[in-house]
Amino acid sequence: MSDVNTATTALDAERAEKEYSGPMLAADGTPLKRSLNRALRRQKMRALLLIAPLLIFVLVTFIAPIADMLFRSVENEIVQNTLPRTTKALDQWSGEDGTTPDAPVYKALYQDIYVAQERKLHTRLGSRLNYELTGASSLFRKSGRGVDDIGEVYQDQFEDLNAFWKKGENWNEIFGSDAWLAQIKDWKKASGTPQPVFEMRDGIADIFPQTASYYLIFADFVQTVDEDNLYKEDPWPLIYSAFYDDMAGDTAAAIASYSGPGATEIAEAAAAAPGFETVDYKAAFVKIDKDWGASPIWGTIRAYSPKFTSGYFLNAVDMQKSADGPQLRPENERIYGTLFLRTLFMSVCITLSCILLGYPVGWILANLPARSANLLMILVLLPFWTSLLVRTSAWKVMLQQQGVVNDTLVWLGVVADDSRLALINNQTGTIIAMTHILLPFMILPLYSVMKTVPPSYLRAAKSLGATNWTAFWRVYFPQSVPGIGAGSILVFILSIGYYITPEIVGGTTGTFISNRIAYHISSSLNWGLAAALGAILLAVVLGLYYAYDKIVGIDNVKLGG
Amino acid sequence: MADTSATNAFVEFERVQKSYDGENLVVKDLNLSMPKGEFLTMLGPSGSGKTTCLMMLAGFETATHGDIRLDGKSINNIPPHKRGIGMVFQNYALFPHMTVAENLAFPLEVRKMGKSDREEKVKIALDRVQMGAFGGRRPAQLSGGQQQRVALARALVFEPELVLMDEPLGALDKQLRETLQFEITHLAHELGITVVYVTHDQTEALTMSDRVAVFENGRIQQLAPPDLLYEEPENSFVAQFIGENNTLEGVVKEIKGGTCLVQLDGGGMIEAKPINVTQAGERTRVSIRPERVEFNKDRMPEGAHTLKAEVLEFVYMGDIFRTRLRVAGTDNFIIKTRNAPDQVRLKPGQQIEIGWLAEDCRALDA
Repeated sequence: MSDVNTATTALDAERAEKEYSGPMLAADGTPLKRSLNRALRRQKMRALLLIAPLLIFVLVTFIAPIADMLFRSVENEIVQNTLPRTTKALDQWSGEDGTTPDAPVYKALYQDIYVAQERKLHTRLGSRLNYELTGASSLFRKSGRGVDDIGEVYQDQFEDLNAFWKKGENWNEIFGSDAWLAQIKDWKKASGTPQPVFEMRDGIADIFPQTASYYLIFADFVQTVDEDNLYKEDPWPLIYSAFYDDMAGDTAAAIASYSGPGATEIAEAAAAAPGFETVDYKAAFVKIDKDWGASPIWGTIRAYSPKFTSGYFLNAVDMQKSADGPQLRPENERIYGTLFLRTLFMSVCITLSCILLGYPVGWILANLPARSANLLMILVLLPFWTSLLVRTSAWKVMLQQQGVVNDTLVWLGVVADDSRLALINNQTGTIIAMTHILLPFMILPLYSVMKTVPPSYLRAAKSLGATNWTAFWRVYFPQSVPGIGAGSILVFILSIGYYITPEIVGGTTGTFISNRIAYHISSSLNWGLAAALGAILLAVVLGLYYAYDKIVGIDNVKLGG
Repeated sequence: MADTSATNAFVEFERVQKSYDGENLVVKDLNLSMPKGEFLTMLGPSGSGKTTCLMMLAGFETATHGDIRLDGKSINNIPPHKRGIGMVFQNYALFPHMTVAENLAFPLEVRKMGKSDREEKVKIALDRVQMGAFGGRRPAQLSGGQQQRVALARALVFEPELVLMDEPLGALDKQLRETLQFEITHLAHELGITVVYVTHDQTEALTMSDRVAVFENGRIQQLAPPDLLYEEPENSFVAQFIGENNTLEGVVKEIKGGTCLVQLDGGGMIEAKPINVTQAGERTRVSIRPERVEFNKDRMPEGAHTLKAEVLEFVYMGDIFRTRLRVAGTDNFIIKTRNAPDQVRLKPGQQIEIGWLAEDCRALDA
């Protein structure tokens, strides 16, 4: 009887299910989707926890540096940070070829370079601009040495007027607040306590706006960079020139009614200042270096004054900024295009020779009995157990003009002694050595894919009337294509970014773009260009990967099984 | 054993030997000849040499010694693709990167057949195995049974006269296997092709074949039509291997006329038909099929020898009852009785007497 009962209830349930049309419900009435999600959440959390250490590691050590590198390829704050007043003043300049900016720009340049040379930043800016304009580096170094003299014109005149202006104490009395002055006078460097931070006297900035602003920079520099006692420090010549500018500026009336410390000396100076000898900043800079009197350096500074620049990328594709926008460099200055093409071409060569050499080995490995296959596999893997440098150096020994290969060929009489083959320090050397080094990356995926192709396919093809070649080409080869695909992607992407082997055996004609990147990272220190080249390389690889996916299909890539 | 001298032989093995390692013979002195249109099954446990024979015939292995002839011509030196032999493999071996239709067109294509002819033949071949609607699919999208049908169609599409099948139904479930067994024999007879079929499944061998060659240890133990093989096994291996079998060991006491007397090791004397025994005193194994044993006194044949037996186990199997008995010292004596309305269901512990006809009881080699 019970059998009959369960049968009816089962039928009823089925009928009820058919009539119900809403979302599928679980046994307890909650929507099936929600209860499934709840059941899976724990699993997802656990999976996430398991990958978290690696994820964090990769984020910190891999993703973040790459992001930083990509940022460097467009980042260009150094010009604006080092020459803030100049770049601002330069906005007024038309930028036309053959013209130079107006006098205020030169004055701003003096102020900027003075501060920069005290902080030793001008040489860095020089190197940066030197990437864009040869000679900029020495120009800035020279200017850094020369700016001292420009300001001294005013310094001397104030000091000649009154010895009061020679002393740092007097300047501090004028510009420092009373509270700070009280503290600094008690402070001894030997005591070990930190120097009281400079505080500007109230209202003084309204009277001497320019002097005050430079005095702040000066005080900060002395206290934090030089770590000298500010109270006893004599001001920079820059302060004197700013002081003169204030005397001659809009605040002359305020100065006349000044009554703070040193009021008598200030009144005296204000009276004398109009008679002072003035400085022609432009002439002074042209005297330091005549390049300041020509438009190229100004064009370069203006072109690179924004915070972000496409300059590195233009450089990386053999272009440069000009007044008419980006344009190709002169033919004899183009190197990166050739280098990129050469890298691609040689990587293709290496991949092809790996396929040619690796395919038969993979085949043998997959078809040998397990014992011999294991032995052969060890031979294939042997290179992995030897240091990359050792292997590459071994190739150097093998391939050089007096090397093993050439000696053997001469001994065999294949080549004459006086026409030994150039097998190293060129593309041939790089291709030979890299093929050898990357071969296992081709053989392993080929092997693991071929291992999964049962021999019965070939037998079936032959029994159906196919010759050995047809059976191989029509039946076996198509099934091994995923292995070729996987191996090619591995070898190609590895070789496109390879560095050490081309560096050692490549000479000048057999080097890759990566060698150029390394050069910019470690020798020329042009990190921005290195980053731009790296970013382009990354984009090329991703582009090829995308194309590969479209043409071959990434689903067709197998590393085994 | 085998009639090697038959004049109408289509496939012939003559004194064929095969060794892989130079030390052991996998196939020992194989002689076999089959006429055109025959369905011959090579049956045997794994490692008995049957697949090696098939591979030698297909050309994937070369005979170490001897001659293999196809239609009177020696094929020892003909490469596989020129032998024109169709072959069906255990794992189907359908090319995964081609569609079903492309798989079938492959043998025609390598034979340089024109496109329209090709398409027509492929269509006929697919229809023949009821797979006409699946031409555009990939093998991976088919079930095991469908794949095997396609493999069969592919082996037949180029109209070979000889088709080899290497355990083609081994990976299928029982029901599908039975359906396909029927389809394959039906097709083979309809097309008049000669088939060499390798299997280790004796039911398959018995139901499909014209003749069965039982392989063991590199030799053909018996080559006979299925009914003879089952009812008149020539040695104890064949008796054991084909169907279920009861074996009693003993010593021949006396041979006279068509029968012999055997003194069983476990006690008791029985009459048997001497097959492999020639004189008194020889050890022998007596073989009796479970369904030829009778325990109902009313139906016991006239003059049957009887033995005492104890029922150990009774298994209900639907159409038959399978009863395990203790007889003459062995615990593995099986009898099978049909499930008829008047049939007695034995109970464990029951003491009975069993008997059989002397001619159903064969005295074979020890």
